Amino acid sequence: MKHAPLLGHASLDEVFAYTPAGPVDVRSFLTDVGELAACLPAGNHFLNLCQDRYRFTVGLAAGLLTGRVSLQPSSQSVETLRQIQRDYADVFCLCDCEFATANLPRFDFPQRSVGARSGRGEPPTAIPSIPAGQLAILVFTSGSTGRPLPHGKSWGSLVINGRAEASRLGLFDGPRHAIVGTVPPQHMYGFESTVLLAMHGNAPFWSGKPFYPLDIVAALNRLPRPRLLVSTPFHLRTLLAAGIELPAIDRVLSATAPLPRELAAEAERQLAAPLYEIYGCTESGQLASRQPTVDPVWLPFDGVHLTADGDRVLASGGHVPGQVALSDEVSILPDGRFLLGDRHTDQIGIAGKRSSLAYLNQRLLAIPGVVDGTFFQPTASDEAIVRLCAFVVAPGIDERQLLAALREQIDAVFLPRPLFKVDALPRSASSKLPRESLQALYDTLRNRRDGNG
Amino acid sequence: MTQEIAPQADDALLQEVAQLMVSALNLDLDPAEIAPDAPLFGDGLGLDSIDILEVALVVSKRYGFQLRSDNDDNVRIFTSLRSLATHIASNRTT
Repeated sequence: MKHAPLLGHASLDEVFAYTPAGPVDVRSFLTDVGELAACLPAGNHFLNLCQDRYRFTVGLAAGLLTGRVSLQPSSQSVETLRQIQRDYADVFCLCDCEFATANLPRFDFPQRSVGARSGRGEPPTAIPSIPAGQLAILVFTSGSTGRPLPHGKSWGSLVINGRAEASRLGLFDGPRHAIVGTVPPQHMYGFESTVLLAMHGNAPFWSGKPFYPLDIVAALNRLPRPRLLVSTPFHLRTLLAAGIELPAIDRVLSATAPLPRELAAEAERQLAAPLYEIYGCTESGQLASRQPTVDPVWLPFDGVHLTADGDRVLASGGHVPGQVALSDEVSILPDGRFLLGDRHTDQIGIAGKRSSLAYLNQRLLAIPGVVDGTFFQPTASDEAIVRLCAFVVAPGIDERQLLAALREQIDAVFLPRPLFKVDALPRSASSKLPRESLQALYDTLRNRRDGNG
Repeated sequence: MTQEIAPQADDALLQEVAQLMVSALNLDLDPAEIAPDAPLFGDGLGLDSIDILEVALVVSKRYGFQLRSDNDDNVRIFTSLRSLATHIASNRTT
């Protein structure tokens, strides 16, 4: 494959997306892309900070047409922006709303309502081709050194990625699904399961990112059936707990954090739709899916293989570049499917955002005055989501100052709740921090606090 | 409270909502420590979007109405404890 089409659509008349102003067909999308591409500022790297999924995708496509790389860091904290600017000096921010871009140059998405196109230039007559090897996006994992680690994705590999997911979900068969996503387009899961599915998975998305349960209902009601809800355990739990009447949903997708089986079953019961989970990581992209109420075993996407290599498990094939070592505990079955162990790994996923404990700890320890400290994810009790907490040894700094310093460095969803100041961490003789000791410390401090409260 | 006057958040409601927030969000502070007019986001209490959804959920259960964000009120409602309590006072059904 030397070239890959920008879009997988067969005709310019097909619906590409749904917006508050109505459906947008492929022709209008391409017109919007062309108009944006013509006015983007100099610079080969851009941070696509558009909140609106449609504008985000117009930005991505305009970048593809002009050879610009979309940078998609896992956090938009001030510190991340600073590091991005250090590493990509020509970077600019593409914004469609208020956002503190620190000192980075900013370019505002042209403000006009969708549908009010300028009419300048030639109307598009065909779907453009993009060199398959062209670097399309850079996604970042939080390296243990504290420096975001870039992972490049070529357009060709992203197209295969999107098609593999759509094929697995059956989106090429039968009537076209319309997507409502509660996750941001910037992070891998939301990017793959809303943006790539709209571009190459035969499934137009709703341009918004509904927040409250009633917003999700309103968005679903704007779309024709069948409908696909792309969400996370956290969003699903609040949607179900709201106790409101829900419109028909035909398929549900969940990822970013383990979905408790009870919640999966409750979601399928209330929504009367099958729920699929997706497994993948930033380095490899999506790898496998399962329907947890039917079978706990994961089935790799077509073309993707997992192989054991000593005590590591490697993913390869399909859209995966080379071989990617997985950080989860994976047991491969003889037929190539696999089971995931308890995901007590370094990776943390909350509401569609990812980070790693190593990175968060590194940022915590970098705060002047912090002697020792660690983040900790307590064992879940009845909740689908457990916030992180942190234990910090920092004589002379109070909790408020520590939180203010952390807020500069990390995404707010990863801020410790609560942050416990302690005299020392329960380090073992070899200076390690056993999970059991931290859980015991957590239980003690929680009980003490609740007792006082 | 009469029907004719736009309902205001009284001290009792402020305390009640502060208590709801502290228990829903597992905050490590005394409800009385939340200043009614201090910002809930950023440098104030430091809440984030996940917290907002959690609070919205307990508010809907306790006061019998659902929040929506199809207008800019969303930002205003969560400006401070007082703005949230005022919104509750004028929308509550229970």
